Amino acid sequence: MAIRFTDACIGCGACEPICPFAAIEMKDGKAYNTEACTSCGACVDVCPVGAIVREAEEKKTAVNKDDYRHVWVYLELSDGRPRNVGLELLGEGRKLADAMGQQLAAVVLGERGAAEAGVKEAFAYGADKVYLVEGEAYKHYNTDAFTSAFADLIETHKPSVVLIGATNDGRDLAPRIACRVKTGLTADCTDLGIDEATGLVAWTRPAFGGNIMATILCADHRPQMGTVRPNVFKRPAPDYGRSGEVVVVAGKVGPQDARVKFIDLLRVCTASCNLEEAEVIVSGGRGMCNRENFALLEQLAEVLGGTVGASRAAVDAGWQSALQQVGQSGKTVGPKIYFAFGISGAIQHLAGMSSSDVVIAINKDPDAPIFKVADYGVVGDAMEILPIMIEEFKKLKGK
Amino acid sequence: MLFELTEDQIMIQEMVRDFAVKAVAPGVAERDEACFFDRALVDQMGELGLNGLGFPEQYGGTGTDYLSYILAVEELSKVDDGIGVTLSATASLCAWPIYAYGTEEQKGKYLRPILEGRHMGAFGLTEPNAGTDAAAQQTTAVLDGEHYILNGSKMFITNAGEAETYVVFAMTDKAKGLKGITAFILEKGMPGFTFGKKEHKMGIHSSITMELIFQDVKVPKANLLGKEGEGFKIAMTTLDGGRIGIAAQALGIAQAALDHAVKYSKERVQFGKPICANQAIAFMLADMHTKVEAARLLTYRAAWLKQQNKPYSKEAAMAKMYAGDIAMEVTTDAVQIFGGYGYSAEYPVERLMRNAKITQIYEGTNQVQRMVISGALLR
Amino acid sequence: MDIIVCVKQVPDTTEVKIDPQTNTLIRQGVPSIVNPFDKNAVEAALQLKEQHGGKVTVISMGPPQAQESLKECLAMGADEAVLISDRAFGGADVLATSYTLAAAIRKIGRYDLVLCGKQAIDGDTAQVGPEIAEHLGIAQITYVAKLAVEGDNVRVEREHEDGYEILETKLPVLLSVVKSINEPRFPTIKGKMRASRTKIPVWGAADLAVDPDCIGLKGSPTQVRRIFTPPQRTQGVVIQKETARETVVELIAKLTDAKLV
Repeated sequence: MAIRFTDACIGCGACEPICPFAAIEMKDGKAYNTEACTSCGACVDVCPVGAIVREAEEKKTAVNKDDYRHVWVYLELSDGRPRNVGLELLGEGRKLADAMGQQLAAVVLGERGAAEAGVKEAFAYGADKVYLVEGEAYKHYNTDAFTSAFADLIETHKPSVVLIGATNDGRDLAPRIACRVKTGLTADCTDLGIDEATGLVAWTRPAFGGNIMATILCADHRPQMGTVRPNVFKRPAPDYGRSGEVVVVAGKVGPQDARVKFIDLLRVCTASCNLEEAEVIVSGGRGMCNRENFALLEQLAEVLGGTVGASRAAVDAGWQSALQQVGQSGKTVGPKIYFAFGISGAIQHLAGMSSSDVVIAINKDPDAPIFKVADYGVVGDAMEILPIMIEEFKKLKGK
Repeated sequence: MLFELTEDQIMIQEMVRDFAVKAVAPGVAERDEACFFDRALVDQMGELGLNGLGFPEQYGGTGTDYLSYILAVEELSKVDDGIGVTLSATASLCAWPIYAYGTEEQKGKYLRPILEGRHMGAFGLTEPNAGTDAAAQQTTAVLDGEHYILNGSKMFITNAGEAETYVVFAMTDKAKGLKGITAFILEKGMPGFTFGKKEHKMGIHSSITMELIFQDVKVPKANLLGKEGEGFKIAMTTLDGGRIGIAAQALGIAQAALDHAVKYSKERVQFGKPICANQAIAFMLADMHTKVEAARLLTYRAAWLKQQNKPYSKEAAMAKMYAGDIAMEVTTDAVQIFGGYGYSAEYPVERLMRNAKITQIYEGTNQVQRMVISGALLR
Repeated sequence: MDIIVCVKQVPDTTEVKIDPQTNTLIRQGVPSIVNPFDKNAVEAALQLKEQHGGKVTVISMGPPQAQESLKECLAMGADEAVLISDRAFGGADVLATSYTLAAAIRKIGRYDLVLCGKQAIDGDTAQVGPEIAEHLGIAQITYVAKLAVEGDNVRVEREHEDGYEILETKLPVLLSVVKSINEPRFPTIKGKMRASRTKIPVWGAADLAVDPDCIGLKGSPTQVRRIFTPPQRTQGVVIQKETARETVVELIAKLTDAKLV
């Protein structure tokens, strides 16, 4: 679907500032779109004379879409256990599959015998079927081995929809697969639905640093693929009584086929510092003033059984590791309680934490944007509030 | 008459602005509070080529024009004028006289390392009893075979202690008065050449200022800059250029104060409206803005005259005097607009007002500038 | 070592604001910059060149103005730059973009390493790098936080949920780098001058061996259906008491009432 500027244009310029991609230029009293146009259609509605039209582009249909059925969810394993995002996606995939009147399958890759937990959880969280690829090459994530196995599965079993968690490995794997099977991929989705007009999956994701949301469709290629951010959907309640068919596929590649060799994992994050799975997050920003003050956040996190996070400003200043960064270019988190100490609340930060259940913001600037999203705001110096809060919470927990 | 910067000038202006905002701004308050001279930052500026602005490529310069250099000092000074004057002292006061009066050997040995950003430079003219009255020099240089033997001291020397190269003035013939002053190039580390106490200043804390002390320093004849007795001329022509650098520093300070004042006056709400809605504030801002623009025109024009090899001594004096005076006025007004907060070190206008004062004093007090201007006018 | 760095010109999304009245993006005054992560990629390339010699070529796909970004990379020290620009490339999604860039990389020919930033700050997909690698048929490592090359051995530390993976591979490979890998250098004045005088070659569809059905809008399986501003969380209560302690006590009381702690 292309956007065309017709001769009806009166040159009023109303569309020019609306374009998120600066793709509209005025020339000789008429507006036209440059190659930066992404056909998002933001301009169509603002034109007072209807001179901007959305046109269907003739496309060679890449595949016979009817051959592709069912919804797949990739269940990424970490030490043999499925990561939460995969379970969250099973819940979401179940909804899509039901809406489409199709089945839900989980894809699990792992070392022989080491993926049992994954299979069990897959059924418990809603899968009708599990494709299990086993082999030594799948002990650790590896781009080559995982892509080849996954792409083979797709080519053989032809799913209609593939959901992959937007973890670092998921974001490494998904584009490689999408490119191999020549289909579209929508990254880092925060909402999924069915587009009423077309029956396609409507993939919604933040763009422009979280300033805007875009809903994306993949009309003519299959499968429809997307990565989905952790923590934007709730895990469904498991039912361990469920079970289903397990399709076991022996991996065709051996470890020697992988061009990238896994040597070691330097664990920086233990369970207690895993932001994505944390129920309480205590984050600090520029208002923490220095690296030493993060020790206070650690203390509060310890009292509350939480994990320490940081804003980009604090990471840039070298006060916290990049692995602890919450935001558009860091982690997406969804804890029960999110504390923001001395974080102004740039839109990029909000994009990473706005699915938290409760946000508590402490900032000395009463106009800080963080207060706009906070359930509880405290106007005050983070460094003054923090020690008192540690004390008071200790008292409370001591009771 | 063209009032637009060239593409190259805009490019350098933007580049230095970007560097100033990203690399200089983060430490500005800490440097001010701790009187910390950040050599690594200054070296980084050297690596980028800022020392070589306005000098030909033949000697390691960038081949850009003089106004580009002035723009760089202005941009740095908008963020931290102590860093601006550090560059200005190296380039205007040390590199320039070597470039203008030095032999090819001296240029190879001393000028190139400065322009390529490996060395810093300094300029030693002022003495405890010879400020405005340069002829009262008490530092002496006596020829002894292949060396001059220097004795005496200099004070308030910007970049002293850090600079590798010094252009220093001394009396070779007291009887000849001004005509008895001679310029020399000294190296840090020459036996007998030491540094006195670090000056505790009212402002420009991020720059370093010290005394130079000479005790029987043996300076090779090859390090004579120009001819014997040419020192006063070298000093005065050097200061003519240096004044444009100080004008740019003052301009940067004034522009920064204005920018802070405009922003604050829009944000600060009293009686239910931003304070800029009061004419009393708005008119102050109008006056400040006009003064800054006038200072900018004087400064850029002086730089342009210098680039064109036209006489610029009077115009440099005008630019330095006016920019220095209005920097003091504009920063004072900015503090006033900030009210109580303006007096607090937590806001930058306090520092800007302290720093502005020096631009009315050094490289010839603004009274000396008036002497220069009226002298030219009444000639 | 010959290195190709893929960069993108992006609006500085940290400067983008939403007009609260019209709920649209205020683009005015938002500068175009080199995508920050791509600058880390350029810096990594320059450091490798300083260690091993070779050549650094930067490429970018975008409108003609994107050559400003390429010039910035040249000013940092890259040797050559190519702009991939053609109206026919317009509206390209990840698949079409990576296909086009891969075609440009093939046209350049020799390379040992392709470097990208981990993601662009406007699209934030982090997908173009891996898809380029797939088109080229080479190995990839994403989220590289540390990098060392010896001969044709590459050893990296890769950012991961649980820490850093140590991985090894051989050249050629495509790497996408994170911000912590280095601090991009500022361009020098001489670099700036040289870059501003460089004429950057522009390659269009006709210059590349590309299938017209695989580029631009036509070659893009995904389309944007709708753009809207994100729903806002509702603002809660602000607690401000006489003293900090009273404020904290009040906050904890509210949290306890709401059964949150």
